[in-house]
Amino acid sequence: MSELLLEVKGLKKYFPITGGLLGRKQGEVKAVDDVSFYVKKGETLGIVGESGCGKSTTGRLLMRLIEASDGRIIFEDKEITKMSKSELRRVRRDIQMVFQDPYASLNPRHSVEQILEEPLIVHGIGSKEERKKRVKEMLEVVGLSSYHAKRYPHQFSGGQRQRIGIARALMTKPKLIIADEPVSALDVSIQAQVLNLMKDIQKEFNLTYIFIAHDLGVVRHISDRVGVMYLGRLIELADCEELYENPKHPYTKALLSAVPIPDPDLKKQTILIEGELPSPANPPSGCAFHTRCTECMDICKTTRPEEHNLNGHYVACHLYNK
Amino acid sequence: MAELAKNTSAEITMQAVEEKLTPPWKEAWQSFYKNKLALAGLTIVLFFIIIAIIAPWVAPYGFKEQVLTDRMQPPSSKHWFGTDDFGRDIFSRILYGARISLWVGFFSVLGSVVIGTLLGIVAGYYGRWIDAIISRIFDIMLAFPSILLAIAVVSILGPSLRNALIAIAVINVPNFGRLVRSKVLSIKQEEYIMSAKAIGMRDTRILFRHILPNSISPVIVQATLAIATAIIEAAALGFLGLGAQPPEPEWGKMLADSKNYITQAPWTLFFPGMAIMLTVLGFNLMGDGLRDVLDPKMKQ
Repeated sequence: MSELLLEVKGLKKYFPITGGLLGRKQGEVKAVDDVSFYVKKGETLGIVGESGCGKSTTGRLLMRLIEASDGRIIFEDKEITKMSKSELRRVRRDIQMVFQDPYASLNPRHSVEQILEEPLIVHGIGSKEERKKRVKEMLEVVGLSSYHAKRYPHQFSGGQRQRIGIARALMTKPKLIIADEPVSALDVSIQAQVLNLMKDIQKEFNLTYIFIAHDLGVVRHISDRVGVMYLGRLIELADCEELYENPKHPYTKALLSAVPIPDPDLKKQTILIEGELPSPANPPSGCAFHTRCTECMDICKTTRPEEHNLNGHYVACHLYNK
Repeated sequence: MAELAKNTSAEITMQAVEEKLTPPWKEAWQSFYKNKLALAGLTIVLFFIIIAIIAPWVAPYGFKEQVLTDRMQPPSSKHWFGTDDFGRDIFSRILYGARISLWVGFFSVLGSVVIGTLLGIVAGYYGRWIDAIISRIFDIMLAFPSILLAIAVVSILGPSLRNALIAIAVINVPNFGRLVRSKVLSIKQEEYIMSAKAIGMRDTRILFRHILPNSISPVIVQATLAIATAIIEAAALGFLGLGAQPPEPEWGKMLADSKNYITQAPWTLFFPGMAIMLTVLGFNLMGDGLRDVLDPKMKQ
């Protein structure tokens, strides 16, 4: 088993709901509720879930772009959650992020060269000539050309911009890249190009990815292991093929059965989930999924399920209680 | 990497098309140039600026040169705009007056832009209690009629042109502060600010390299329009005797001095009034034109 790069223990983020004249706290949204996982060096961990389940919040918590309410994040034996501001800035050299919207994640007033050079300036890497050279190299790496350096983001297509976003994340030679829905804003044909680019780069630079997406097909394509989130909780985590072939949690089963199969003759059984996604401000007692689960038992309504380890296939469900 | 090379070949053909694109500033100038009213505004403003610069060389008389035998002369070939109650040439005084009005307009607005922008950025970016304090101060200042506030400031500092300038700068601070604050509030939610943080950037760099340049265009527009208001406010303070002191040829002061002669010598009022109106009109037209050019929502 390869080394751990990142370990997350009991991560929580409760957003306060304030209201009234004095802005008093009236409740809280449990965006991320007790999530634990680890990432090994060189692998890709996919995180899937429907919108509002806390995937993006998890990604942002890992970079401490928002502060966690509780829990520990350990990156290379250093605890990110306890770092001072200046330590945090240094560690951000090793952890970079690719954002969802390539139209919003690049400053419209900076040229591509300025955008790509900035991480190097911020971390004081290289002389001016070295930085310019690296910008050109990196543009080639992501499949653009060095003459693109003088252009502005609005002169590029969505796919090209996402390549710029990826190039920016690579500038400081990070160890971990957190990709928050990096392809969901792109056309399907462009998605494949960008995904393959990310795979190629991973090999070339020996990167580790945390890949956050809602598209099950995309996640399957790129991930080594996949975690499934529901209402702020990580309910299942397993090797990619194992999870897709042999899902254990009723939610994962339903989710996978909803993926369309491109074969009209193939009969498939769709498990329909009934009801609405409960509000994370007022999550159900016990197992968060019990209100919609087809296999709900009495214990599900009262007790939050423990995480069971079935030969490296983690699942949080009472069905697997021994 | 082979497939990457493939899709760049398509981009190279695109390159030829893109190279012909005009740079953004040129595009902005072209659409400003098409706006006839804005162009008229710019012409008026430039006209007054030139007048202000060349006043000492073209003015036929000195601005405090009194010829008591020539009091209250109507416009003639000797005195184009006539003379006032001290026998001073109104045309010369208006030329010199352009210096004062533009100077007050420009520097008071510059002062309020700088202070207002700094306060607005701090309030918008850091939020919480610091925003609450700054915003409430702005609210209090805006609750007063601005001229009343200016009078209060001048009466504390003492009446003079410099203090009028300070007063006008002070009363305009909340306008710019609020404008910048609201702009910063929306820009700090943008993903590129999040990505700047993720890169490991310091707050000061984020503020001055990313947030400020993206929030400055409405400030430029507002500043142009505010110069017009500042000129009026300076004239109003001058009229009340709280701004420029005699014998300075401030247009508002000239109006005040001649108001008693409105029936006998209307030209003593008419020409300074026209000068104020024209300058203000020029700045307003120019500001409107700039807004059309700089506001991205008006584009396409």
